[in-house]
Amino acid sequence: MTDQPSLSRRGLLAGAAAAVPGAVLMQGSDANAQAQKPAELKIGITTFLSGPASVFGVPGKQAAEMMIDEINKAGGIGGVRLRAYFVDEAPGTEHLVGEFRRLVQSEGVHVMLASISSGSCLACTPLSKDLQKTTILWDCATQRIFEEGPQPFAFRSQGFATPEVLAPLLYLLKTKPDFRTMAVINQDYAWGRDSWEMWRAGMEALKPGVRVVAELFPRLGAPDYTTEITRLLAARPDVIFSGHWGGDLVTLARQAAERRLFERSLFVLPVAEASLPILGRTFPAGHIIGTRGDHWNNHPRPKDPARLKALNDAYRARFNEPVIYPVHHMVQAFNALKAAYDKALAAKGGAWPNDAELAAAFRGLTFDSPTSTITLREDGQGLEDQIVGLSTHVDSTPYAIPKDMVIFPAAMVSTPVGMKSVDWLKSLKPDILGQVPAPIAG
Amino acid sequence: MRRFETLLGLAAAVLMVVAAILAPWLKFVLTIALAKGIAVIGIMLLLRAGQVSFGHAVFIGLSAYAVAFLAPAVPEALVLLIAGTAVATVSGLLIGLFVSRYREIFFGMLNLALSMVIYSVLEKFYSITKGTDGIRVELPRFAGMALERADFEWAIFALALVLAIGFALFARLYLASPMGQALSAIKTRETRLEFMGVPARQVLLSAYVLSALMGGVAGALIAMTTRHVTPLLAYWTASGELVFIAILGGAGSVLGPFLGAVTFELVRIYAGAAVADAWQMILGGVLLAVILFAPGGLWGMIQGALRRRAAP
Repeated sequence: MTDQPSLSRRGLLAGAAAAVPGAVLMQGSDANAQAQKPAELKIGITTFLSGPASVFGVPGKQAAEMMIDEINKAGGIGGVRLRAYFVDEAPGTEHLVGEFRRLVQSEGVHVMLASISSGSCLACTPLSKDLQKTTILWDCATQRIFEEGPQPFAFRSQGFATPEVLAPLLYLLKTKPDFRTMAVINQDYAWGRDSWEMWRAGMEALKPGVRVVAELFPRLGAPDYTTEITRLLAARPDVIFSGHWGGDLVTLARQAAERRLFERSLFVLPVAEASLPILGRTFPAGHIIGTRGDHWNNHPRPKDPARLKALNDAYRARFNEPVIYPVHHMVQAFNALKAAYDKALAAKGGAWPNDAELAAAFRGLTFDSPTSTITLREDGQGLEDQIVGLSTHVDSTPYAIPKDMVIFPAAMVSTPVGMKSVDWLKSLKPDILGQVPAPIAG
Repeated sequence: MRRFETLLGLAAAVLMVVAAILAPWLKFVLTIALAKGIAVIGIMLLLRAGQVSFGHAVFIGLSAYAVAFLAPAVPEALVLLIAGTAVATVSGLLIGLFVSRYREIFFGMLNLALSMVIYSVLEKFYSITKGTDGIRVELPRFAGMALERADFEWAIFALALVLAIGFALFARLYLASPMGQALSAIKTRETRLEFMGVPARQVLLSAYVLSALMGGVAGALIAMTTRHVTPLLAYWTASGELVFIAILGGAGSVLGPFLGAVTFELVRIYAGAAVADAWQMILGGVLLAVILFAPGGLWGMIQGALRRRAAP
């Protein structure tokens, strides 16, 4: 990880900078310098605090505050208390990149937790390499991050777009394989386009000959889907795929329910979970729903049921909201952080790790998630299981929850290291369907 | 006053260099502020003619995307700067031929509409532009030298500073020239200008093309500083930001745009750092305060303070 030339260059630079007054501020920017145990462990967190994606960002922030309080109460990490610096992603890349630098170079944060938006992550990840600062990609999904080149300082403590699309596709092919036509309605931006490209690649490999009768890409934040729903009602697709999330999914589901589109076509919604509490009983039973991982509160086989229940109870008690997937993702990021520091501290016999040693601890790290355990692959990508199920209504919950859930092991649905997702999906063989685990009834 | 303006400008430039040396992260913010300041000089030229463009960020966006597309083929910062500027200037000429026929609200709205068309193209032509995810700009060479990241940032900062001083001087000369004086005449009474035999449309068009050129310079600088371009650069809120900066800084002097841009960036960063979830409110409060209590902007405040000192 440490390349010698950069060391000598940095030495030269530091020497040159020492001649300039005030260069003392630049100290500590070297990833391989001896690290002192800090007075507090500073963590920079970028998340949406305003705008439509704040439906994910604010729960993420709340979860971070809860985790920090919890860890600090238990004595911190390696005896050091945690402190968070939050940054709003909403003003756009240029502001975010500036804030990332400010946190690293001025506030001296030790670790960054970057971004919900894939665009933000794509901008921050190269910066983690430039500034040699360990960056946990806590929520963004784009498959491009680790497929476009190695990232020595970036790690994703959660899944990514490919398994999140492939798992619902396999679920559909396994449980309801007799469809002949399908349609897509996705938000017109990167995730909407990418998820459809991946779905299509996988579907054409596993079930060739399905006719696509409508491809609709309404704009992000559209208030009205009348035209699209009319098209879908007229085209009568057997299956409708939609990567919609947040408020957009709420709008789409309400308007589709009003016009009985749910009765005519089977919906496949990989990011449904976070919007279901708001939709209540409006969201009908019998549609395929996912949660960008295995984050269902009614997880059929959590590794430690008490741990999942404790998270749900604590979060609800403090914020009076049900837990949604960004909360899990934030908890995972903090668990990864804690596990990595513990590993690095143990490796140095209790001495505080520098940036390079901390990053080294992340590679191959295994840590607990609220429901299971996650392992970071050699490229930095986390292997997170996916659970897809069929929506149903029960008396104990006032909104739709999944039943007949299938737990897809992460390794089965993730693009192998070194391959591009779309190429891999195109190369899938139908025998992968034989590997799909049986649904867990109830 | 003019001598004071020059001295203040030089002092501000020195101050910026010192600040950039003291705090490395500020260098990034100041580069962005200088770039935006250059773009806002363009807005100021149009403001002299009484015209407000709510779509000028499009030239920043076009130039930034030109840089992003060309960077893999020609990884040379100075060439990219010229290429980005050229793209923005040519688009400015094409759009300007059309919008320079209109005045006031129609001028503003047409600029807004055209900028949103181009924004949508950048966002929706997904296979080419990568949509909202944007395109990464790899580190180019600078004047033939392959620089490390930190050195390259210094180079771009220096380039931005030199360009900012250059454009400020140019704008000062331009506004004092007959062409610049004719701009003020468009604001007061355009018919008189025509009676004098000066074609108002061409006066406005030339100012428009110049402002697009400055937007282009800003876009190329921003693209090479943030090194990740997204369609948000051309979104109407980014255009609004430029007008905000122009009002904040004041249109009375070419220093106004830079005062405004630096203040804007710093207020946004410190507001964001202090209250991450209510920074918009602080920014809005600052703008309201400026409009209500200092209609001449920050430059107007400095000018007022100087006059008061000179008067007794």
